[in-house]
Amino acid sequence: MTRLSIPKTYKLAIGGAFPRSESGRTYEVLTPKGAFLANAALASRKDARDAVVAARSAHAGWAGATAYNRGQVLYRIAELLEGRREQFVEEIRSSEGASAAAAAKQIDAAIDAWVWYAGWADKYSQVAGSGNPVAGPFFNLSVPEPTGVVVTIAPQGVAGGSLLGFVAAVAPALVAGNTVVAIADFTRPLSAISLAEVLATSDVPGGVVNVLTGSPAEIAPWLAAHADVNALDLTGAGDLDWVDLEIAAADTLKRVISPEPGIPALTLGRILAFTETKTVWHTKALI
Amino acid sequence: MDATSLAPAERAVKMLGGDLTEKSLRLHLEGLSGVDAVGLEARAAGLGTRSIKTTSKAWALDKIITLIDLTTLEGADTPGKVRSLVSKAITPDATDPSTPRVAAVCVYGDMVGTAVEALGDLHGDPDDGKISVAAVATAFPSGRASLRVKLADTEDAVAAGADEIDMVIDRGAFLAGNYGKVFEEIVAVKEACRRADGSYASLKVILETGELNTYDNVRRASWLSILAGGDFIKTSTGKVQPAATLPVTLLMLQIVQEWHRLTGQKVGVKPAGGIRASKDAIKYLVTVAETAGEEWLQPHLFRFGASTLLNDVLMQRQKMTTGRYSGPDYVTVD
Repeated sequence: MTRLSIPKTYKLAIGGAFPRSESGRTYEVLTPKGAFLANAALASRKDARDAVVAARSAHAGWAGATAYNRGQVLYRIAELLEGRREQFVEEIRSSEGASAAAAAKQIDAAIDAWVWYAGWADKYSQVAGSGNPVAGPFFNLSVPEPTGVVVTIAPQGVAGGSLLGFVAAVAPALVAGNTVVAIADFTRPLSAISLAEVLATSDVPGGVVNVLTGSPAEIAPWLAAHADVNALDLTGAGDLDWVDLEIAAADTLKRVISPEPGIPALTLGRILAFTETKTVWHTKALI
Repeated sequence: MDATSLAPAERAVKMLGGDLTEKSLRLHLEGLSGVDAVGLEARAAGLGTRSIKTTSKAWALDKIITLIDLTTLEGADTPGKVRSLVSKAITPDATDPSTPRVAAVCVYGDMVGTAVEALGDLHGDPDDGKISVAAVATAFPSGRASLRVKLADTEDAVAAGADEIDMVIDRGAFLAGNYGKVFEEIVAVKEACRRADGSYASLKVILETGELNTYDNVRRASWLSILAGGDFIKTSTGKVQPAATLPVTLLMLQIVQEWHRLTGQKVGVKPAGGIRASKDAIKYLVTVAETAGEEWLQPHLFRFGASTLLNDVLMQRQKMTTGRYSGPDYVTVD
């Protein structure tokens, strides 16, 4: 007797839950050869709005966690990814048509990226912050702080990047304590949603990473104009009308990262792009 | 609405006859038909599914603002906080002068003077584009004090200039079946709402439905409050969960409608507590229009007791005018 396989429905990740799209829409995810792979939710602007609300409410807790704790939580993601390696290899192979070796290499790189960024959590502020010399009896300290809610358009359709591209775009924003609304790769969203499931079972608080699957061209303008979004990472928006997105973002003075082809490199700069510098004056003790 | 021509308890005498006793009141209240809880909740859920969009939504949002009792009822309230509440009541959205004003501010009795002073010339009837001052009284929120204390609480608030008094009923007495005591208290408080010139401050009677346990009790308490002379029946103090729910509000609207059919008098309804989103408030508007009728959608017959609701309505309003989603940075921190 043959057994019917039970295909998985890939849903959105908003506020620690996995809802279907509010609109009820789905789209078919296909292999590079055009075979049916899975149904994914086609997010609407209202899903995007809900994701921003979830990200905003998670922000105080995540930004308020100690840097050391954030580092531990990010490192834990790497640990859990290691344990679910098989599933990711399978998803990358089917959705990218990659060889087993290439898929394994990609997941290795994704795990390493989490570890690399996790390490920065309690170190970046020493590098980016400073004690400033001032003409007076004051300590003058500059420290980077998270900017708030970051919207990320993950790399779209990059070879060898359905998981790694997503991680390389999302992880740096989390380091400083930002919360993220990420639009996954439209044609290959499976590993991004599976990653969201890993995050939900790790120590990452619900709402810190929200994943939308669907058309970036449809959702991104709403997020770029959204007044409660603080930064817009257009890394994967090269094929969109990204100039319009930047103009919309300027209306509410968002931080913007311009589109970048390929998989973004791991850099301290990407962490600092989503920070604000706070400078404090403090009187020196009179001894 | 405040200067109702009937003297207190006259409603009860008319409805129940001249020999008004605890027994006749009990017989009347316990003779009320039971509430079909399943049907009530199904009806409320059905009313909550209406899709209100575009121009209807814009109308609804403005209507909600004009029906809000902007409320601060914290032990930590300061005169400064009440003044900033009043500024917000006068100018809900500084970025859009076309935003309507709320109906009233609702504060503790000792803050009435501060609120009246802060309102200045704008203190008055919502029908004249002004803002009323509502005060909670009678040992709010528990209602656990002697009648003497409750009356003094009420008189102080009225003397300080409160236009509306939100009293709590004695839930303990009600649940013990001591309807006469509850009735007498409401009548006495209504009398304490009388001003020097003979007019009355409007009396809202808080049932605290979250503590009444059953819809049948809500019906009895609503009926009792109306008989005793309440101008409004109000769901909750906001200090007890569950506070206002759509089914309870629907039930109270049905009772008000029934009273109107029997006597021609209009009694108001005020859901309070737990209504935070515009979407929920719109469901209440639909329920009012479909149950009591659209004429109830005015400040003398329907109010929202709310504090955070206003900010959500303002954000929705900004979304409708600018076309982009707004955020908490664009409304005041309360």
